[in-house]
Parts: sequence; structure tokens; C-alpha cells
Amino acid sequence: MSPNAGLKDVQGKSLPEASIPALELASVSYAYGKRQALDDISFSIPPGRFAVLLGLNGAGKTTLFSLISHLFATRKGRIHVFGHEINRRPGDALRRLGIVFQARTLDLDLSVHQNLSYHASLHGIGTREANQRIDELLQSIDMSDRLHEKARSLSGGQIRRVEIIRALLHQPSLLLLDEATVGLDIKSRATILADIRKLVHDNGISVLWATHLIDEVNHADQVIVLDRGRLVANGSVNDVVKAAGGTTINEAFSRLTGIVALNPGHRP
Amino acid sequence: MTDITNTGRIVPSIARKRFGPMQYLICLKGILVREGLRYLNQRERFISSLVRPLLWLFIFAAGFRQVLGVSIIPPYQTYVLYEVYITPGLCGMILLFSGMQSSLSMVYDREMGNMRTLLVSPFPRWFLLISKLLAGVAVSIIQVYAFLFIAWFWGVKAPVSGYFLTLPALFLSGMMLGALGMLLSSMIKQLENFAGIMNFVIFPMYFASSALYPLWRVQEASPLLHKICLLNPFTYAVELVRFAFYGQIEWTSLAVVCAFTFVFIAGAIIAYDPSRGLIIKKQEGGNN
Repeated sequence: MSPNAGLKDVQGKSLPEASIPALELASVSYAYGKRQALDDISFSIPPGRFAVLLGLNGAGKTTLFSLISHLFATRKGRIHVFGHEINRRPGDALRRLGIVFQARTLDLDLSVHQNLSYHASLHGIGTREANQRIDELLQSIDMSDRLHEKARSLSGGQIRRVEIIRALLHQPSLLLLDEATVGLDIKSRATILADIRKLVHDNGISVLWATHLIDEVNHADQVIVLDRGRLVANGSVNDVVKAAGGTTINEAFSRLTGIVALNPGHRP
Repeated sequence: MTDITNTGRIVPSIARKRFGPMQYLICLKGILVREGLRYLNQRERFISSLVRPLLWLFIFAAGFRQVLGVSIIPPYQTYVLYEVYITPGLCGMILLFSGMQSSLSMVYDREMGNMRTLLVSPFPRWFLLISKLLAGVAVSIIQVYAFLFIAWFWGVKAPVSGYFLTLPALFLSGMMLGALGMLLSSMIKQLENFAGIMNFVIFPMYFASSALYPLWRVQEASPLLHKICLLNPFTYAVELVRFAFYGQIEWTSLAVVCAFTFVFIAGAIIAYDPSRGLIIKKQEGGNN
């Protein structure tokens, strides 16, 4: 039985996954006690789209990720992942999500293989199939030779890349990455970003990439800008630049968030 | 603001069957294996878990043998050495410390981020928590049998059948104490607060029980402490194990341990529920 069985159009026909937004937020708000972290956030990401969630530290990106990944319950508003409401059908939604958290979440005392096998089992993937997928994915990032090494022995960039393939192990349709390149050198950042963009291109996976680094934005991306818990822009790079009245995305971001441009020369 | 329209790319519709019993078993196995691997990687944890009860057995029990005489009380049919009396209590001690160690490990995992990997699994939250609980209990039972093996050579012997019959009692008691640890882990905001658990949970539970002295002796010394011991679920866990060693079931203990296991598991599941639980409150003031 398909988990999409509950999703039907007005005529009662089942909807294919491709016709449903990968991610849809409707009037989502969240507060830590009296402190409002997110205020009435609404946006959607179509399938196969690379969306960049831009925001300074404290903008609400991690809170938003915690709500989408059901670590926090959505108290106000609705979040749908491929049509499955995260509060009502968390299992169906989470099966479609691959998540890379901002904090490192590999168990450093376990080997790369043990970490990946553990994740596979958390998605009900049997040993044989898991091993096959692990081999393929590790090959794709040229890390097959590190299979049995402890995660502790890997560099920051390698840990991040293993975390990314771990998020892909259960073949998700939507990948969430929260500040995935923070703390990495320029080369590792570029490699990771290129890997993810290739995934979108080759496999049609949707991506929500949270960052505060403007140079990670590409012309073809959907850009969502958060500022102090509010959505201040959502659209293509051109739309956002036009709406903010700037000439570059860097300038637009600075205007929208009230900061001085960090890299005025950069024009994505 | 304009919403972007569909790019026209086609996402392959991945057929995703609902999880069946096999997937649940795979998940449970994965959690068990991970707990076992973590345990193997932390040899000092294994050694310290054995040293603690062995010190009590070799030093404390030997020293107090002459002071603390034990009369004939069920399930014993004759006078027993004090070492024999406290062995079930020391098994309980291993389960208690192990349960709290799991709690510590969950707080650590939460602080380090590893816990998120578990909590974003598509399996139901209750299943994930019970699997984690089972994994912790399995590890603690191995510790208990390692302790009993060494105790055998020290001359502390139960009937051979008792070593098998006590397994269900150890399992139930381990579940109760592990679930308590899990519930407590949802209330601990930071790893540093774990010392409070030692002072306010582990030591009072252990000392205010029948683990070290028979309850009739406690009653003679302090009727109030006797009442406290009777309210302490750990007392019933110890008695359940003690009777099981001799192939007997202490029904009151069984009922109390089952009831508290249910209550603690239910409490832990609620506490870790993102919409209702305590765990959410720990995030306040956290990341953005």
C-alpha cells in the first residue's frame, strides 16, 4: 500500500508524488516561552528544486529545521512533506526526509560502516541492501577506503560528507541540510555543495539548504530569507534582488536583514 | 514576495511500503547492535560496572558478615552467609547503575546530537524508546551474569536452575530501572546535572531498600525507614530477583515491578513526545 494513498485530488484520484510540493509550510509560528523564534512562516518548495534558506545566526533556521524534522511539534501552522502532515503522519513524512544537522551527529566511537548501518536499520533497511547502498554511496564520494575507520579519525569535511551520504541512505525525496558547510575549509565547502547540486540534477531530489553564506547561492536556486523569525523574501534570485531593490543577492540580503554587505564583489 | 513555480522536473515517485514486522525487527536489531558496540568500545564502563558490586561483595560483605547476621527468612530455608544475602541486592545495584548510566548516555547523546539521529527515524517514537530500553537492559544483564560468574568463585552460589530462572526477574527489574533512567534523562537539562541523580536517586533508592539488610532489621531500627523501604520500587526489584534465584515468584514484587515498569515507560514516552513532552522544554533558550 502506498503511503500516498491518503492524498487525493478533488475528483478523488490519488495524486502522484511529483505533483505535490516537496515541502509546504503554512502559517508556522514557534516560540520558546515568550521569545518568538518563528512568526507566521509560509512557503513551499516544488519537487526537484534546490532551495536556499538564508538567514543570519538567530534568524530561526535551526528552529525551522527542528519543526520540519519533528524534533519539535508544530504548535501553530501546518507543515507538509510531500503532502504528509508532519504532526499527523510523522512516519510517512520522515521517511521522505534526509536530514543533515548543524551539529555533528556521527558516533565518533563507531566506524563509518557501523554509523551508516545503524542509520539504515533506523529506516528498516536490511543488512544486505544496506551494505550495497553504503558501498555505492561511499564510492560516490571516494571514501570506500575509510569504511572501517572510526569516525573520530576523519576530518571535519569527511565527517560531513559521511553525514550527507547517511542522509541519502534511505533514498529520501527531500534533503534538509542545516549549515552543512559551517567550520569547513573552502575546498570541502565547494565539494559538498557540488555533490548536493549534482544530486538535485541527477536524481531530482529536493533540497532545503540552510546557510548564512551568500556565496553558496546559485542563480537557479529558490531563495528564502529569514530575519529574526520572519520570512522577508521568497522567490528566485532575480525576484528577491528585485523585491529588495538591490543589484546583487548579497546586497539584497544585506538590505533585507539590515547588515553591511560582506562581499559586495560577489554576483551569483 | 513570489512563490516559485514548479521547475518541471519529475521526481521519481518512490514506492514506499509501510513498515512490516521485519522492518521493526531490523530497527530493533540495529539499536541493540549499536548499544552493544558502544559498550564494547567503553571497556572501562564494563570494568567499573563489575568492580562496584565486587567491592561490596569482597570487602563490605566480608567485613559485615559477623555484624549483620541474617535469620531464616524466605526464600532462604536455612541460615545464609551475608554475602549470599546481598548478592541479589548487588545484582539490583548493577541494574540500577546501568539504568542510570543509560540515562546519562541519553543526555550525552542529546547534547552531542546523536539522539537526533534516533528521534528522526520514521518508526514510532514509542518503539524507538522501548528498543533503546531493551538494548540497555540486554547490556546490563550481561554485566549481572559476569558478576555472578565471579561471585561463584568467591563461594556465593545459588542453585544452578536459579541462574536461569532469575533471568526474567532481571529482565523485568532492568526494564523498570532503565525506564526510570529514561524518564529522568528527559528531565535533565545538562550532563553536569547528573550528579544530582547520583545523590537524589541512586543512593537513596539503593540504601533505602532490602538490598543490604532484611526489612525486619530495618523495621527494628527505624519504623519510618521501613515504610520508606516499602514505598521504594527498588526493594521489590531486589526481592523479585532474590526469590527467582530459588525458583520462587514473589507475587507482590512481581506486581509492583510490572506496575512501575509500565508507569515509567509511559512517562518516558510522554516525556519524549515532541508535542507533549518535557524534552521540548529542555530546548528553550537553545539553538535558533
